[in-house]
Amino acid sequence: MDLLQVNDLKTYFFTEAGVVKAVDGISFNVEKGCTVGLVGESGSGKSVTAQSVLRIVPKPGKIIGGKIFFNGEDILAKKEEEMRSYRGKKISLIFQDPTSSLNPVFTIGTQLVEIVRQHKEVSKSDAAEEVIKALRLVRLPDPEEALRRYPHQFSGGMKQRICIARALLLNPELLFADEPTTNLDVTIQAQIINLLIELQKNIGLTLVMITHDMGIVTQMCKCVVVLYAGNVMEIGSIEQIFQMPHPYTEALLKAVPRLDQTRRLISIPGNIPNLINPPSGCRFHPRCQYATEKCKAEVPQLVDVGDGHMISCHRWRELNGG
Amino acid sequence: METILEVRDLVKYFPVYSRGIFMKKVVGNVHAVDHISFEVRKGETVGLVGESGCGKTTTGKLILNLEKATSGEVKFEGIDVLKAFEKGSNEEKSRLRRSMQMVFQNPYASLDPRMTIYDIISEPFKIHRHIPKEEWENRVYKLLSMVGLESYHAERYPHEFSGGQRQRICIARAIAVEPKFIVADEPVSSLDVSIRAQILNLMMDLQKDLGISYLYISHDLSSVRQISHRVVVMYLGEIVESAPAEKLFEHPLHPYTRALISAVPIPDPARKMDVILLPGEVPSPVNPPSGCRFHPRCQYATEKCKAEKPKLEEIDKDHFVACHYAFNFM
Repeated sequence: MDLLQVNDLKTYFFTEAGVVKAVDGISFNVEKGCTVGLVGESGSGKSVTAQSVLRIVPKPGKIIGGKIFFNGEDILAKKEEEMRSYRGKKISLIFQDPTSSLNPVFTIGTQLVEIVRQHKEVSKSDAAEEVIKALRLVRLPDPEEALRRYPHQFSGGMKQRICIARALLLNPELLFADEPTTNLDVTIQAQIINLLIELQKNIGLTLVMITHDMGIVTQMCKCVVVLYAGNVMEIGSIEQIFQMPHPYTEALLKAVPRLDQTRRLISIPGNIPNLINPPSGCRFHPRCQYATEKCKAEVPQLVDVGDGHMISCHRWRELNGG
Repeated sequence: METILEVRDLVKYFPVYSRGIFMKKVVGNVHAVDHISFEVRKGETVGLVGESGCGKTTTGKLILNLEKATSGEVKFEGIDVLKAFEKGSNEEKSRLRRSMQMVFQNPYASLDPRMTIYDIISEPFKIHRHIPKEEWENRVYKLLSMVGLESYHAERYPHEFSGGQRQRICIARAIAVEPKFIVADEPVSSLDVSIRAQILNLMMDLQKDLGISYLYISHDLSSVRQISHRVVVMYLGEIVESAPAEKLFEHPLHPYTRALISAVPIPDPARKMDVILLPGEVPSPVNPPSGCRFHPRCQYATEKCKAEKPKLEEIDKDHFVACHYAFNFM
């Protein structure tokens, strides 16, 4: 069953320079208990998608179209008060930078106990018990002591563990992890990834992993959504996107250096487009080696090309032999 | 191959002061770089890898004298760099600065927003006066085309460029003085994935055409593998392993290097990862652990590792490892 359904989501930012079409008609589903990767470069709309689902798009951004269903219920039709019972409780989020997402002037205990008490009528000591349980779940050493400490007394990796514990405090069903390891060292990154995989297995969490690192996606996710300039390029299983990728995914895979091989990198020419005036037709066409006149003129539809592999490309069939 | 840069026993300690306004006392030292030695040969790229706080950026800055070394020796083409910057004539200093350049991590912060690209790239000409003024314009255009930009870009300002283009400008500025050696400190880590390949390829092409040697500092092992001929791995201010790139990535010997390499996710569903998870985190460089600095996190550590500091020894041809048990891992 699909826990989350996003249909033709459009989130625009109304800036002074013009309307930035950050998310422009994105559709995808997230199956319950699954880990889905949301991959893309900066400006592809991956973070804004997560913010839209939680309805916390910062100003001057606005969701102007589309539908989001969570457990079959239309989230965009909910009142703001109703949304509060979703945020944290049903859908939660971990941010990229653990340092700026914890309040430096309060102890970990104060910050996390407050969250529990906002949502449940429990005594302080019971709330503290719950916090300690969550901190144990993310393997923070000495959780009782941690409650009395301030964020600056922890390292980046430990802070990210605290943020994960905070996100899990109210037992959400769906967790968005927005580049949770980008600011961390590789060995710490491995620890955090390992923790997320374990949590996903043990407590049956549904995880949406937002990242630009194809390596992380490959090692963590079953299903991948590839975004580019506010559009979905491709949706498929890891195997599908590696065997018969969309031209953008293919170019991206050829452009990233790999630890297990040395070859001349094939770089993608040009730059990421400006989303105030996105390219016509397929948004990737100015940088695509296979682009034709049709790609310039016509926006390709996201179609199922077999076994749930969705591709948005005019030339994919022909390039993949039929 | 001829050695162009030689680093011997380089040390940098940053003093830690006690709190208080009047009585500032040195209470300890951050052992940022602790007795490291390595060399860079002509036309080659040496990758310097390690996690944050291991001293890799400090090493780069020490070599260029952007940071004063506590002790040690840096020799560039036989000239003692640290001595030359301390006592040498202005001419000598200027000559050294012309031969050694740096490209920084953040191209948004390392270009003056009020200067045009022409001013930025021709500024080294003003300082070093190695090119007659009437040739400046042509030279700027030539440099722009070398880094893949157009001549009309010269009149623009930095804010009109994307991150990748700015890094190209930084590289053009660095090669404007025809250096023989460039320290590149995380030159691609602030760029988008699809842009990184462009810059890495550019650096490799420039090396082929101009014979520049690089010290490529990065925490991203995949890009280090891509660009480096030899790799030096640092941990807590010390070198734990150094070897030709192929050897280091295929047959790492030091337990830290092996954990580091195993932790990098590979974008290939056919290759499942076998991560060696390191317990804990990098200890404080103020009070580094006794003996081998890696021993508190090492699964193979023994009493000997706690007590005795292992020397960096040549185990195989060109392959140096600082581990008491390196032979067991061969």
